[in-house]
Amino acid sequence: MTRKFVEGSEAIVEAAILAGCRFFAGYPMTPFTEVLDNMAAKMPEAGGVCINAESELEAVGMAWGALATGARAATGSVGQGLSLMQESFSEITRAELPLVVFNMARGQSDYYQSTRGGGHGDYFHIVLCPIDIHEAVEHVQLAFHLADQWRNPVQIYGDYLLAHTAEAVELERIAYGDLPEKDWALSGDLNGTGRSRNINSIGMFKGAKGIQPEQFWKRLQAKFEDIKLKEPRHEAEFLDDADYVVTAFGTTAKFVRHVVREMRAEGRRIGYLRPITLWPFPAQAYIDCPSSVREIGVFELNGGQMIDDVRLSVLGAAPVRALGGISSDESGFGIGPLLNTETIRTILEEAYARATGAKQ
Amino acid sequence: MKTVMTRGTVTIDIELCKGCELCIPACPVDVLVMSEARNERGEQYPLLKPGCTGCGACYYVCPDLCFAIYQYDKPLAIEVAA
Amino acid sequence: MTLIDTDRPPEAGAKEWRARKPALLIDGDHDLCPGCGEPIALRSLLEVIEELGWADRALASVGIGCYTALTGILDVDMVQALHGRAPSLATGIKRMRPDRLVFTLQGDGDMVNEGLQEVLHSAARGEAITCVLLNNGVFGETGGHMTATTVLGQRTKNTLSGRDAKYHGHPISMTDLLTPLGGVSYVARGTVTTARDVEKTRRYLRRALETQIAGEGFSFVEILTMCPTGWFIPVTEGPGYLNETIAPVFRTGEFKVEGLVQ
Repeated sequence: MTRKFVEGSEAIVEAAILAGCRFFAGYPMTPFTEVLDNMAAKMPEAGGVCINAESELEAVGMAWGALATGARAATGSVGQGLSLMQESFSEITRAELPLVVFNMARGQSDYYQSTRGGGHGDYFHIVLCPIDIHEAVEHVQLAFHLADQWRNPVQIYGDYLLAHTAEAVELERIAYGDLPEKDWALSGDLNGTGRSRNINSIGMFKGAKGIQPEQFWKRLQAKFEDIKLKEPRHEAEFLDDADYVVTAFGTTAKFVRHVVREMRAEGRRIGYLRPITLWPFPAQAYIDCPSSVREIGVFELNGGQMIDDVRLSVLGAAPVRALGGISSDESGFGIGPLLNTETIRTILEEAYARATGAKQ
Repeated sequence: MKTVMTRGTVTIDIELCKGCELCIPACPVDVLVMSEARNERGEQYPLLKPGCTGCGACYYVCPDLCFAIYQYDKPLAIEVAA
Repeated sequence: MTLIDTDRPPEAGAKEWRARKPALLIDGDHDLCPGCGEPIALRSLLEVIEELGWADRALASVGIGCYTALTGILDVDMVQALHGRAPSLATGIKRMRPDRLVFTLQGDGDMVNEGLQEVLHSAARGEAITCVLLNNGVFGETGGHMTATTVLGQRTKNTLSGRDAKYHGHPISMTDLLTPLGGVSYVARGTVTTARDVEKTRRYLRRALETQIAGEGFSFVEILTMCPTGWFIPVTEGPGYLNETIAPVFRTGEFKVEGLVQ
């Protein structure tokens, strides 16, 4: 049992190395920089490679090349840096490479970017959104496994709080079961046979003229549908008899969960629902909310992004109301005044009362 | 009839030829000439007259990789119409 | 007129001196224009890889341009990169597989326009990869537009009266930019207009790959190729145009060998 007192950034890197990640490339940007620092220090000790790329464009490109050889490889940044990587994300996903991306976002405003496939074309990343460092250590290892299993990128949606808070965590390797050999990986052994490999995103094949994008992309679409069936994850408490459900994601959800437990202890029939996968969104968990629920309140610290997915899930079966809003600190890193349990308590009490007619 | 010595020869895959004619001026002994006939693609293609030296210039400059080059162990004498 | 049969090889008394195509090219035609220099360059590269004995250990990171159409017959394990991005992918490949011969195949629009930052940094870091630049001074695949290597006076779709320094700036020479960088071991430029030029280019490619095999840092070969379509000239005038208009601006030869400026 390895228990260490570490910052989230370090825990994430330790977990990646435990999962067998042996290549990382990145570019410094707050609050992601410490992930790169930790990778630079620890990756060589683990027999891997960490490169300080000349920009985010090259960082994702280097990871792309490493992935093509069959290695477990990752990159990361914050939302702004991920913006630069979008074209490559689209190509990498549609070339079916198992990239893992560490997004230490500046708050919750990158939900759309992460879940809508911010680049061109029809593609999705699986997005795991940990509530705290303990979950992050698990998610990082799960990410490498899911990425290899589905041959699809997986993003860890973290944030400043996650990266820069220190806790004592168990750093143990989690075994997820066997995976098939990566016979698609480049090695040169098929050179000259007429069957050499071409890792690409548009259905190019050796010996064939032109490209076959439509069949190729349709097959990818079927894979995304399969992932949507099999990989949604969520966390829920006190739903069975709830009059009101509040939903939140990421580290913000830890504050919300704490307040919900307080309110429950005082008799409010309030429930809590947190998507663990932002994509595929756990729509069924919202559909399965009991008919007693008068309203679903979405507490997210942005202009309203996850609320779209909540509304799409329930399709009018219950009203959906935005309870959060834009809230950030002076540097724009997402630690805003709304990230406060007393403030959240006031907001939830008011929402609960308005929806249920209960006295505050 | 007269005798032409030749030190090499080529094979030409005429169906690959796109009629670019870069081989014609490349040949240092001027033994390549474009056909009147056309291949499946609709292009004229090179024909070989006696006198090839097996130097490979045509092979080097052909963008469609039509030529293979052979060199005779001993120079051959070829009878041609005068 | 007496003609020699060119359908079949001679039955006896001769040896095959040059095979029609390298083993690393799948048989069949390609869709590039008549008179295009790019297949000649690619064929030379693959032959050299075979001669060096690295055919089953070569990996390619390919850019986007007309030459992308050649990937259907390029019988080498490869990854298709985005425009300009081949060097970063090649870096990732080589770092994970230092035991492989890793090369990029890129056009001038790809490397010198979109991907200039990328190739310079890979070179400065001394990544043990070989970048191959196919330079015809136009964006061929999109129809013949100006690139960073279009020479002054050259007509392209967006410089119809010829590139004018006042409006369109000056061309960039990759050999000038790469040669001074510390991580760079080998820099050369060749052409494919005549048999002699092709043979020189083959030698440059061989020395570049040998640099990588010896683990001596970044190697680079730029190959000037004919593009009669993009140059708006008849096919037969391609080599002449290249030698008269482009080669005088982009000198051929070896600029850096074993880390020493020549």
